[in-house]
Amino acid sequence: MTTHLANERGGRPSGRSARNPAGRAGYVFVSGYVLLLLAFGVLPTGYAVWLALSNSRNQLVGIGNFTRTFADYRFAPAFLHIGLYLLVWLASLMFLVVLLSLMLHGRMRRASSTLRFLFYLPGALAGVASVLLWLILLDPAASPVGWLLKDFGWNTLAQVNAPGHLPVLFTVIAFWTGAGGWIVVMYGALNNIPDEVLEAARIDGASTLQIALRIQIPMVTKWIAYMLILAFAAGTQLFVEPQLVSVASWGMIPDSWSPNQLSYQYAFQAGDFNGAAALSVDLLILGLACAALVVFRTGLFDRDE
Amino acid sequence: MNNDVPVTSRRQVRRAAGAALGAVSLLALAACGNADPTPAASSSPAAFKPATQQAGSEITVWADAARVPGVQAYQKAHPDVKMKIVTYSGDANGANDLQTKVQLFDRTGSGWPDVAFSANVNDGSWASQGKTPYAAPVDKGLIPESTLSGFADGALNPCTFNGATYCLRNDLAQNVLWYNKSLMDKFGYSVPTTWEQYQALGAKVAKEHPGYLVGTAGDAWTPEVYFWASQCPASTTTGAKKVTVNLQDPKCTRMAKLLDGLIAKGSVSKDTVFSAGFIKNKASKVLMLPGPSWYGQVLFNSTFKIPKNRIAAAAPLKFGGDAKNYTGNVGGGLWFVSSHSKNLKAASDLVSWMTTSNSYQATAATYPAYKEAAVAWLANQKKTGYFAKDVSPVFQQAAELIWPGWSATQYSQEAIYSSTVIPALNSGKTLTDTLGTWQTAITDKAKSLGYTVN
Repeated sequence: MTTHLANERGGRPSGRSARNPAGRAGYVFVSGYVLLLLAFGVLPTGYAVWLALSNSRNQLVGIGNFTRTFADYRFAPAFLHIGLYLLVWLASLMFLVVLLSLMLHGRMRRASSTLRFLFYLPGALAGVASVLLWLILLDPAASPVGWLLKDFGWNTLAQVNAPGHLPVLFTVIAFWTGAGGWIVVMYGALNNIPDEVLEAARIDGASTLQIALRIQIPMVTKWIAYMLILAFAAGTQLFVEPQLVSVASWGMIPDSWSPNQLSYQYAFQAGDFNGAAALSVDLLILGLACAALVVFRTGLFDRDE
Repeated sequence: MNNDVPVTSRRQVRRAAGAALGAVSLLALAACGNADPTPAASSSPAAFKPATQQAGSEITVWADAARVPGVQAYQKAHPDVKMKIVTYSGDANGANDLQTKVQLFDRTGSGWPDVAFSANVNDGSWASQGKTPYAAPVDKGLIPESTLSGFADGALNPCTFNGATYCLRNDLAQNVLWYNKSLMDKFGYSVPTTWEQYQALGAKVAKEHPGYLVGTAGDAWTPEVYFWASQCPASTTTGAKKVTVNLQDPKCTRMAKLLDGLIAKGSVSKDTVFSAGFIKNKASKVLMLPGPSWYGQVLFNSTFKIPKNRIAAAAPLKFGGDAKNYTGNVGGGLWFVSSHSKNLKAASDLVSWMTTSNSYQATAATYPAYKEAAVAWLANQKKTGYFAKDVSPVFQQAAELIWPGWSATQYSQEAIYSSTVIPALNSGKTLTDTLGTWQTAITDKAKSLGYTVN
């Protein structure tokens, strides 16, 4: 495929890597990643697909596991929960991350390195540890922001954790733990926009808002698309937040709130690894579909020549 | 955008994706087996065939942090036994690490711990099932009948499946009626002996001393404290993987109505006793609290920090129309011997020692399931001087009063109550309103794990 592409791109000679030692070094650098990707990404995925299509006696069962899990009484609620969560989470992530990085980039250049560090900090902690912090923050009796929760009329943990609040609660937790990294990435992307372009716009009389909407955002679309793909995949796989908040609230959140938790229940409570694999393949298909849609819509993989 | 390159690469991506999709759909269509999960063909206890034994081989022991010192004490007393001690969650607070790991070991065919402690009283229900159950039937030559008969009546019920005993019980968590004696004396109330008196007193407290509590309905274990004591058939197994769930039974609705009345009046809380808010604002206002034997030290002493000589326990309550009083049970740990162990002798010996020996059980945190050890334990409790009245007669009586109609199941009643009923209570619904939803939740969960529900 490389040669094919190279030839088409204006007849550059093939076998470029053989002549260029830097090309060979590239393979060495990439090999570590490829090995890990194979061991912990591709092979498990292949195994999951195989499990999803077979039964515990290693016979192929077609889509049997998929229809079986689809008919499960927990399937629809779990996907509904995750759908609502994704809606809230992706919308707030896109909006706030872009807004915050634009502000950091434009208005607060001096304080921005400190602020970027502060935004990034929660994400640098291990995911589980940061969720644990929220277990305290969400209990009105123990929380330093208890007054805020009480202003909403929530006086006990049980009221805070009411089923309708969960998508927003998990969004708040996920935003706090995950958005900082994206702000840093987006800030880097904004830095890539040549200053001349922005200056030219300013001379032409464009306001900050116009520059943001007409120049900066269109020029970082690919980064936003990239964020969307990864955030979507991570969001559909939500597991730690509901699981831990459930433990902290003595089980007030159903043990199969999210599809990933349902899959866990299948594997480890019912010992049904094939059903669990079918559910995880559902998530894989969703993630791939979203990625394909975004990639082809935004031309994420297109190369500027 | 330069079009010539992406178009080709897109075509190729599409071609590759198409090929992959085709391969997968071919596999998907090539169905020749049944997608149903392996039927739980439970082998009978008689079919238990020990692995090839190696005398003196090392045994691996999994226990939680609270039990590990006991295991270490055993190691000290038996230096010739080779042991590897692993601390794990012990399946406390709804964790299911043991089952998770055993499921994985079943797949890989090795790694099972020879001995495992679990704080989840339901764990026997899965450990005794399957093609090769994880737990060895201990009454089939591993532990003598004389030891097994020394446990309190019914203590081994959560270990008994298909007519065999698959574990030993570490401790009992029989429910009693806890009360604050100083407050009761101050208010001039006498301790109720029936649920009707309890209800009347609850109403009286709400009127005369608003803010004081006679119970809580927001704990995960509310079903085991109130509904089990009321002999509600919420979890009655009638055979291997057959369960009866009937929350509309009068024995369930009578308890739901009782609690609804007191919740409305305000003397039964919708919160859980372990929430930070409850500990801060309500702990000193608990007048009475039906609950497990471990509430005494764990809740009143360590968590609520109620001073000495105030808390006492009374016998479980009885319904006026019933012939005798029954009670429920909240937890109680189990010790398993692995059916895969290569040193069943050492494993069984450790498990017997942990559950029956006075040197460990007499000072344990919870009420021993073994009768002789319980006597020594109660003597120690008296020595602590914490309780306003000796709890021994009440604890011993309650230990024999656990209603046998409530069975251990593979699913947790606590998790179902927490995720279904507690949110409903907090949104303003009553227990009576919620019985239907609760029933559906139990039935669905049971069916999803292969139970037949009637």
